[in-house]
Amino acid sequence: MTGYFHSVRLDRENCKGCVNCIKRCPTEAIRVRHGKAEIIEEKCIDCGECIRACPNKAKYVETDSLDLLHSYEYKIALPPPSLYGQFRAPTTPDQVLKALVDFGFDDVFEVAVGAEVVAAETKRLFQEGKLRGPVISSACPAVVRLIQVRFPGLTSRILPLAPPSEVAAHLARQLKARELGIPEEKIGVFYLTPCSAKVTSIKAPVGGIPSFIDGAFSIQHVYPQLSQLLKQVEGELEPRRYPRASGVGVRFGIPGGEQAAVGLENHLVVDGITNVIDVLEELEMDHLDGIDYFETWACSGGCVGGILNVINGHVARVRLEMIVRELSRAPLSLAERFPELAQLNYQVPRIHVEPRPMDYLDVDINGAMAKMTAAERILEKLPGLDCGACGAPNCKALAEDIVQGKAEETNCIIILREQIRSLGIKVYNLAGVKPFTLSNRDAEKEGEK
Amino acid sequence: MGDMAEQAIILEFSLQGQDFIRAGEASTEIKQRLKKLGFRPDVVRRVAIVAYEAEMNVIIHARKGSLRIEITPRRILIRTLDEGPGITDIEQAMQEGYSTASDMIRELGFGAGMGLPNIRRFADEFKLQSRVGEGTLLEATIHAD
Repeated sequence: MTGYFHSVRLDRENCKGCVNCIKRCPTEAIRVRHGKAEIIEEKCIDCGECIRACPNKAKYVETDSLDLLHSYEYKIALPPPSLYGQFRAPTTPDQVLKALVDFGFDDVFEVAVGAEVVAAETKRLFQEGKLRGPVISSACPAVVRLIQVRFPGLTSRILPLAPPSEVAAHLARQLKARELGIPEEKIGVFYLTPCSAKVTSIKAPVGGIPSFIDGAFSIQHVYPQLSQLLKQVEGELEPRRYPRASGVGVRFGIPGGEQAAVGLENHLVVDGITNVIDVLEELEMDHLDGIDYFETWACSGGCVGGILNVINGHVARVRLEMIVRELSRAPLSLAERFPELAQLNYQVPRIHVEPRPMDYLDVDINGAMAKMTAAERILEKLPGLDCGACGAPNCKALAEDIVQGKAEETNCIIILREQIRSLGIKVYNLAGVKPFTLSNRDAEKEGEK
Repeated sequence: MGDMAEQAIILEFSLQGQDFIRAGEASTEIKQRLKKLGFRPDVVRRVAIVAYEAEMNVIIHARKGSLRIEITPRRILIRTLDEGPGITDIEQAMQEGYSTASDMIRELGFGAGMGLPNIRRFADEFKLQSRVGEGTLLEATIHAD
């Protein structure tokens, strides 16, 4: 064990050792060894791309068991906007929240409200000149980790505010402890997660502050029961202690949501991890200096595209957009809906993300230079097919593995074949060499034929 | 072990004037190499920006040229040499916002007149020699320690 928590796990039974996942991993964190995929823990960002790519369902997300609910006196659910997109129109957020109470939670706090609080604070920081672009959103934990390992020079550009889910948890716990007069640790706050990266961000936070969330349940796990309960939901949600989200908050589940909420002019929205990488490459080169804010989503389609959702991301997006329209009809301001926020004198928790570069060949630059030169020479010999049959995602990765002592040239099946061929030729030629004592006999044998 | 510090990785890229399709390839490759070598993020960033601006200057203004980078643990030397119009007034060329790039190039989003000033800003050592009608030699060094 290397001491890194990962929510993305391998089911060895189901893994056939194919190359689908190694080729799709954005940080080249998977190798196939001894017929099974192996995750390089320090490089993995838990984005879940490998789960999407696996045809054999050999990767899964480790989430908490619902039994965890029994450990707390008072239980609060944190539903993200993406959850609302999982149910047929005209299911309203209020109905989903009511169903969650029927499910067994004592109360619910919408992550969308957390999003509104973060957006308001972001806006304020920009207006007061305390934050200057380019700033990268801290909402997607897969992007945050991607920046740590692949773009370490950009960690200082990450929005220094806790993401909406954490702010929602922070607020929910504080308000409930006050209201009930019980210690905060007796309150369990549970996030209903649409993705693997959120689980990791709760179990192993990287912002320098602990997570305010006690557990993460997969949307896929709660969905069957929740959809049953939704069929029988009646009446209003009581008690209405927490504020309800507006369309602006709910829109955070899809790309463009932050733009609408924060309202900066030069705002770039990009979804899908390869697109995010392309944009970060540009940003690293200072090519995008006119842009103030980068709203970045590892999943295509944003959080509704997360791997733990049940409904197709595009369908969920349309449903969510309908809900947003409905909620935006007669909007009340956040202050009107949430007067407690001002009373609390609430401060959005600050985060600071440290770089964690993982791309280097050696801890020492001299060593890395020697290895790069050696890898270059090896790469010239490799076939350049990038087939993955060696277990590395491409020839370059194999060359780098070889110089780091993690693989051998003969792991390449083309090189292996060449070596066998040259060995075959050698064997054949040796068979033709005739010692003086035998040369006569061979000649006689030839004659007999 | 004694001569380890003298170790160098040298890369050479040939550049074609007006080739905006491949523009930026050399500096992207350089940036990835430096990350793999474990240089500090701020060093990687400075080298990448200097290499990019130098590369673009050749592509925008010259007929053809080359970019050579010499990487040693303590310093990185970037050199571009081109065959092109040369620079008539180096002083003027060093001013922010001054550019002789054509309208076509400006429409592509280049030629903002920030190339040379940026190189001077991000490099620790900077040298520019030019002969009008022949070409330009640019050398920029970034210290890694």
